[in-house]
Order: sequence, then C-alpha cells, then structure tokens
Amino acid sequence: MPVVFQPTKGLTGVEFHYCPGCTHGVIHRLVGEVLEEMDVLGNAIGVAPVGCAVLAYKYFNCDMHEAAHGRAPAMATGVKRVLPDRVVFTYQGDGDLASIGTAEIVHAAGRGENITVIFVNNAIYGMTGGQMAPTTMVGQRATTCPLGRDPRQVGYPLRMSELLATIEGAAFVERVSVHNPANIRKAKKAIRNAFECQRQRSGFSLVEVLSNCPTNWGMSPLESLQWIKEHMIPYYPLGNLCRPATEGHDDA
Amino acid sequence: MARARGTVSFETDRCKGCELCTAVCPVDIVVIDRKSINRKGYNPATVTDMQKCIACANCAMVCPDLVIRVERVA
Amino acid sequence: MDKVLMKGNEAIAQAAIHGGCRYFFGYPITPQNEIPEYMAREMPKAGGVFLQAESEVAAINMVYGAAGAGARVMTSSSSPGIALKQEGFSYIVGSEVPCVIVNIMRGGPGLGGIQPSQADYYQATRGGGNGDYNMIVFAPANIQEAADLTAEAFEIADYYRNPVMILGDGMIGQMMEPVLFRETPKRAIEPKTWATTGTGGTREPNIITSLHLDPADLEKHNLHLQQKYARMRRNETRYEYFEIEDAEFVFVSYGTASRIVRNAIIELRQSGIRAGMIRPITVWPFPQTAFDQLGTQVRAVMAVELSCGQMVDDVHIAVRGRWPVGFHGRSGGMIPTQREIVEACTALLEEVT
Repeated sequence: MPVVFQPTKGLTGVEFHYCPGCTHGVIHRLVGEVLEEMDVLGNAIGVAPVGCAVLAYKYFNCDMHEAAHGRAPAMATGVKRVLPDRVVFTYQGDGDLASIGTAEIVHAAGRGENITVIFVNNAIYGMTGGQMAPTTMVGQRATTCPLGRDPRQVGYPLRMSELLATIEGAAFVERVSVHNPANIRKAKKAIRNAFECQRQRSGFSLVEVLSNCPTNWGMSPLESLQWIKEHMIPYYPLGNLCRPATEGHDDA
Repeated sequence: MARARGTVSFETDRCKGCELCTAVCPVDIVVIDRKSINRKGYNPATVTDMQKCIACANCAMVCPDLVIRVERVA
Repeated sequence: MDKVLMKGNEAIAQAAIHGGCRYFFGYPITPQNEIPEYMAREMPKAGGVFLQAESEVAAINMVYGAAGAGARVMTSSSSPGIALKQEGFSYIVGSEVPCVIVNIMRGGPGLGGIQPSQADYYQATRGGGNGDYNMIVFAPANIQEAADLTAEAFEIADYYRNPVMILGDGMIGQMMEPVLFRETPKRAIEPKTWATTGTGGTREPNIITSLHLDPADLEKHNLHLQQKYARMRRNETRYEYFEIEDAEFVFVSYGTASRIVRNAIIELRQSGIRAGMIRPITVWPFPQTAFDQLGTQVRAVMAVELSCGQMVDDVHIAVRGRWPVGFHGRSGGMIPTQREIVEACTALLEEVT
C-alpha cells in the first residue's frame, strides 16, 4: 500500500530526549525530510548548538559537529570554507543565536556565508530550566524575570529575522511557525528554499521557526501551540523577509 | 473521485502522550488511550475508528516524536 | 625558497604554509598582525583560504570547524586574544581535533602593552580553558627555530590529534633574521577517517564533539586523553643545554630571555664563574629530566623570564629542593640587560656560599 507518511531517513531514528509536545522534534523532522528529498544527506554537515538541541548530533543522519554555545555559525564557516561543495547547516536555539552568538550570526550573514541556519525561537532558555531569553516576550515570566519581562529593565525581544534581513549578505531569511499542520507544511517549504539557496550558492540563508516550550512556559503542549499563535506571531510576524533574486525551488 | 482512505500505525513506545495529534484530526478519531501505558509510562495516542481515516496525515505532521505512520488504503 | 631575511611573524606564517597549512582564521592584534596579513597575501596563492573573523572567539571556532572537517588549520593571536580563545582550545582538545595556535605574547595583565613578554606561561602550560587538558607548547628563541617548529607542529598535531602551540613574544614576532624553510620531519599519521567530510552514504556519520554527559564516559575519555599527554611527555619534551657540563650556576630561560642569558653566561665565564643554561624548547612538557643529569658541582639555579615569575614554579618542581632556586625577571615589556643578569647571578652565589 502506498505510504503517505513515514519517518525520514534524514534522521537516525534515535528517540528524542525532548519534553512531551516540544516541537523541536517536528523541526528536526522537517530538516531531515528536506535533506533526504534533496538527496544531500551524504553531503551534509550539520552543527548543533548548546541548548535543548545540544544532542541534535545524535538525531541528524549526517556528519555533525557540536559547537560551543553561540559559535555554530563560526564553526559552520570553518567547515564550509574547507568543503565549499558540501551542504552545511546550523541548528540553533534563541539563547544560542540571539544572545551569546549574536556576533557570529550577524557576521556569518555579513559575509554572505553560504550556509543554512535553522533558528528555533521558543522565547526562553529550555535546557537550563526556563530563564529569560533575548526573545522572551514582554510580560512573559521566566526564572530570571519572575515578575514578567519588564522592558524598562531588560528591553524588548529581538526580532532576529528582520535584523538579519537588512544585511546585504543575507540571501534568504524567512520566519515560519510549527503551531499547526498548515504552518508546518509552510515551514518545510521555507526550509527547502533555504537549502536550495545554499545549493545555488546565493549566500546566507536562515529560517526562524517559532516553537514552543510547554515545560518552561508552564502549559500543556496544546496550550503552548495556542500561545505561539496568540502571543508570539503578532510580535514575530510570519513570512519571507528576503529571497535571492533568482528564486530557488519555489513550487508555490 | 472516491474519498481517500488510510490506516494509521503508532510506534506506541515512542509516544509521550503530548496530545498534539488528537487536536488536528479532521474526523476526530485520534485520541489518547487512557487504558494503556507505554514503556515510558505515558498513555499513548491511538485511533478509535480506522474506517473513518482519510489519510490526511495531519496527526503524523504534528507528532514531535515520529510515532505515527500513515498509509493510503487502495 | 632559499635563505631569506624575514620578520619572525612572516616566517612563522610561511612556515605554516610550508608545513601544509591551507586554512587560517585570525583577527588583528599587535604584535602579531603580520601573520594574518601574510596569510591574506600568500594563502590564496598556495590554494588555501584566509579569513579574518569578527573576533578571536569566532576565529578559534572557525578553526575548530575547519579542523573537524579534516583540514590543516592555524590561528594566531597575542595574549588578550589568546585569552579569548581558551574555551575553544578546551573544546578542540576535548574532541581530539588537531590544529596549530600561535601566541606572540605582549605585556599584561589586561590590555597591558604591546612590547615582548612571557607572562602567558601559566596560561599556555597550565591551560586557560576548562577541564584537564594539555597541549604541546613550543617556545622558539630565534626565527629559524620558530619556522622549523611551526612547520613540524602540523605533523605533531595530526599525529596526536591535539592542538600544538607556538609560544613566541613580541621580539620573536617583530625581529628579522635569516631563515630557511627546510624539510620537516614527517610522522606516521593515521588517515583522518574521523573527519566530517560527508558520509557519502557509505559510512556512519562522524561526530565532532566534546560533550560526554555520562560521567563514566567522560572519565573514560579523560583517562584516554591523559594517556596521550603521558606519551607527549615521554616523546616530545625538548630542551637545549648551553655550557652545562661544568656549570656551577645553572640558568633556566626560554625564548627571547634565553638569548640575553646566553651572553651573560659568556661574560660570567670570562670572569671565572662557570655558568650554564637549560633552555626549554617545549615549555609543555617541561624538561624536568634535564635537571636530573646536572653535575654535583651545581651550587644554584636561577630562572630568568620576561614576567614576574611563572616558569620558576616548574623549575622548583623539577629541582625538588636539590639546589637553591633564584629568579630574575622584567615585566611590562621591559627587557633585562646582560649586566643585570650577571649581577643577579653573582648576588645569588654570594647568598648561597
């Protein structure tokens, strides 16, 4: 019987350590499927961050590096400069990319580094137990802003996609979400286009994926997806912010 | 065209009972099986009335743990 | 390339290319700027890649990525920049990835100055990063030696799958001396089957990581690394004796400082004082055995450094109380004169008799 849906060869099949309902698993699957469908798994080298996805090197079915916190774009640059014809990607959380690793991501984009960045924004530090992240929403509680984020103290959440899209070297930047099946399908298309951008050597590509953190948001998985829709998307609007002049794989 | 029909299978011991799949089935047949517990100690997801399945794969689409496999019935 | 008069920094860069280095990631900082500048000009000609990173932190992580992909790669910096790279060194050692690191030391602490210094000795030999780790640290005293050691460092790094550091200072970097780029002693190096070149669908994924969350795994990994360092101690320790056979007063000094001590020894011998020197060429592993072969006529030992005294600790460890140990040092970029070293020797000799 024809298969409609089955686990992708892009993942090793090792069970995820993620919390119940955490959409890291969904995003891993999308990246694995795209790499499999582009038939580049044997050519791919990924760089895992420090954060909940620190164990991503166990899940992606390709050569992987485990970077120091925030340094994945620099590490990926080193790999790409040595192996320019390989498909090189980083998979990073918001603490990794938007906090300690801001310089690395800004300059990777600045150089137009031909890598693809999967940036998972769940508005909190997950692995370390729920601290405030640069993307934590105003008023959102976290263990290091227990009364809710107060912009007078710690400023406003960073919109990394908009920031990076202003950089000349950024060829493809899109923000997507995985809070329901329709958006998951769009997220996959964006991830595919980002990797196509890299394959055509158009320059730096990044997909920001709004994701959840049921455990540290203190909600059920289903409530957390609702929270993305009601609270995150208004502040982090979905959509493409820049794409290469010659469209990559646009099967719109 | 006759309505597509499908079958859904679960790798029950991978399931963490997160319920995401139960909220996206257009024919409401995906539920949490409160009567059984898997190796991880969760109540796993299951399908009540397979006949109604239209093989849309929404459930598999949202599953964060690769538990669900969907096949179309000819 | 036959013998040529060259600035230390440029000789080190050329020697790296000569040693097979094809990737360099760096960042501007005095007094090592000529290294990235030379690489910017020459690396493309050698079919390699030069890239200036946004910071030393980014640079060392580019090195980590490139080396993990199997390349021969180098970075260079100077004291504060090397301080920024320490976390990277620890990760690189932890994941058994080879590379070469050059530190052209300047005065500290903090922004300090840009004149020559040896005040990063602890940082280099004890490790400024986290965890139990070591790397072979070469301390050249002239530009020919710096070139030879840099080229050979790539062989040694690949052989042990561990970074190797070249520890120079502002003088070694900025001085010009004639230099030859000669044959490098080769090692039997395993093919880099561990590198992340892409599985090609024909092998299991390779993973470059220093993460071992299971403590039993991490301890096992540490013991494996410790065996490696023991092999380095046994096989890679290098030093030079100077006028040591009949020496009654033994200086211990490396790099630029050892050049001045050499002249002081000649002056002392002319005045009847039999002085000699142990010159560590590796400051890690420290040449402890060099002290075990000293004659019974030795009356005192003295460490001379461009710092407030760091290598002197290793001298105490090596001497184990057999002889009194003195110290003479200048810091901040000040260079000791030959005269003050001679006087420090005679003063200590009077003290001990």
